[in-house]
Amino acid sequence: MKPPLAPLAAFRPRRYPPRTMSVTNQQVRHIAKLARIAMSDDEIERLAPEINNILGWVEQLGEVNTDGVEPLTAVIDQKLRLRDDVVNDGNIRDAVLANAPEAQHGFFAVPKVIE
Amino acid sequence: MSELTTRTIAELRDGFRGGDFTAREIAEAYNAAVAAAKTLNAFTVETPDDALAAAEAADKARGSGDAPPLAGIPLGIKDLFATKGVDTTAGSRILKGFKPPYESKVTANLRDAGAGMLGKLNMDEFAMGSSNETSAYGPVISPWRRKGSNIGLTPGGSSGGSAAAVAARIAPGATGTDTGGSIRQPAAFAGICGIKPTYGRCSRWGIVAFASSLDQAGPMAKSVRDCAILLEAMAGFDPRDSTSLDLPVPPWEKNLSSNLSGKRVGIPKEYRIDGVPQDINALWDQGIEWLKDAGATPVEISLPHTKYALPTYYIIAPAEASSNLARYDGVRYGLRQEGVKTLDDMYSATRAEGFGAEVKRRIMIGTYVLSAGFYDAYFTKAQKVRALIKQDFARAFEQCDVILTPTAPSAAFGIGETTDPLAMYLNDVFAVPASLAGLPAMSVPGGLDGQGLPLGLHLIGNELDEQMVLNAGLAIEERAGFAARPERWW
Repeated sequence: MKPPLAPLAAFRPRRYPPRTMSVTNQQVRHIAKLARIAMSDDEIERLAPEINNILGWVEQLGEVNTDGVEPLTAVIDQKLRLRDDVVNDGNIRDAVLANAPEAQHGFFAVPKVIE
Repeated sequence: MSELTTRTIAELRDGFRGGDFTAREIAEAYNAAVAAAKTLNAFTVETPDDALAAAEAADKARGSGDAPPLAGIPLGIKDLFATKGVDTTAGSRILKGFKPPYESKVTANLRDAGAGMLGKLNMDEFAMGSSNETSAYGPVISPWRRKGSNIGLTPGGSSGGSAAAVAARIAPGATGTDTGGSIRQPAAFAGICGIKPTYGRCSRWGIVAFASSLDQAGPMAKSVRDCAILLEAMAGFDPRDSTSLDLPVPPWEKNLSSNLSGKRVGIPKEYRIDGVPQDINALWDQGIEWLKDAGATPVEISLPHTKYALPTYYIIAPAEASSNLARYDGVRYGLRQEGVKTLDDMYSATRAEGFGAEVKRRIMIGTYVLSAGFYDAYFTKAQKVRALIKQDFARAFEQCDVILTPTAPSAAFGIGETTDPLAMYLNDVFAVPASLAGLPAMSVPGGLDGQGLPLGLHLIGNELDEQMVLNAGLAIEERAGFAARPERWW
């Protein structure tokens, strides 16, 4: 009942053959912008190798032959339900605004958007 | 009445119904235990009044003869569940002060069943972590210690507060959530039981979203029976969750049986990996013997894509997280960073201030793998491999009824001992494949390692077959006779 051992190294993060697409600091800055997270140059500098490490590791999926495989779309096979197209909520403005950092006149308030 | 805290939920329920003690006595015993265990940092909010109010209702209901199933049982609730009027922060600074005006479906179900709430349980920020160290409240300290050592150990994560609270006997049971092992790994580290049901059994409505195609709620408790009792109350169809399963909840507790004759237990050869401590592989072998003793036949199975499960998970989960966490923008709830001029700067400054390092890392990875030009290479590829992983299990379940593996590749480790993110991710190497396939899976304590720390055995069932998982869990529990308790030092 004891199958042969596979090395844990097979699971362990390893630096995959020099990544074809290494993420540069400039790209990390761009991702941070897309993700709306302010980052200092120091943080970018620190994060870039971490991200490259993780991406290098996940790139081992390239070894798997997925020709003709449909990407998974439902974890458990089921039809998405439709509901009746009717109003089923509402009249809860104050509850919706109750947690807002700033609410004014029944609205969410934000820094000025249009000059 | 402090001995009340040593009892299982089944014992508390039966004792309460039989008039051995009142719900109030149970609530008071646990409230006192919670208040005396602050060193563990397991709770983010304590709600003794909530537990007492539910107890009062339970005592009244017993008087009138119609006490609901969980009457008199106070529970710990992971901070990921929205609880009406009670701070719900997902262990993050960015949700500081958020008091939901609504109740999550799972906790509403528990309340309808008569349960009270002891408080909200600490967790890794947004359930991203395997050690509870990413929480904005600081790490939970496990009640367990290595023999002859007083080094603080992690209770695992992300449901680390839940695991520590149950192990320390300051909650009889707790809710957890599991995206890639977050119920099972901490259950194993803390020497308790925890089950993640089939994806869709428990409504996700009102649970702070991490990775929606993986997130599932489940119970953590002292025994397999307690898990069955709690899961019955938590599960059920909810039209407000688009992937909720429209199926009746089976009577899992009533149907518990440790007689496994005629059942086949799959032993996946790919899980037999070198570098895993000998104690863990030895326990696995022992687990096979226990299930044989219960009447089951072991069969070797193959899950050929096992090794690709973790990298697949670390594309899909961050991708979904980057999308789900886009809602934290400082406008509608939680933290807002003041002192910036434009709306865009407000978003970026709020998110920089509100999210911790691991959450930022995952949002960044997720944003990258979903960005133009990389989507197919990463995300679509990962969803294809995920389909293959699911197919592996479908084939395996043609040959077996349940799968047995270790829960985690190590026992609990020290706080601060694992600093490399990738090494941390490896904790879930045995747990993640079942998550990707949406299958029910459970951790049951099997024994202690050489250092005196608990180790768990992991059972994976076919879709919707929680019963098989619970029954095999019960068979192990009966034979392992796991009675070790952390000695009280807190």
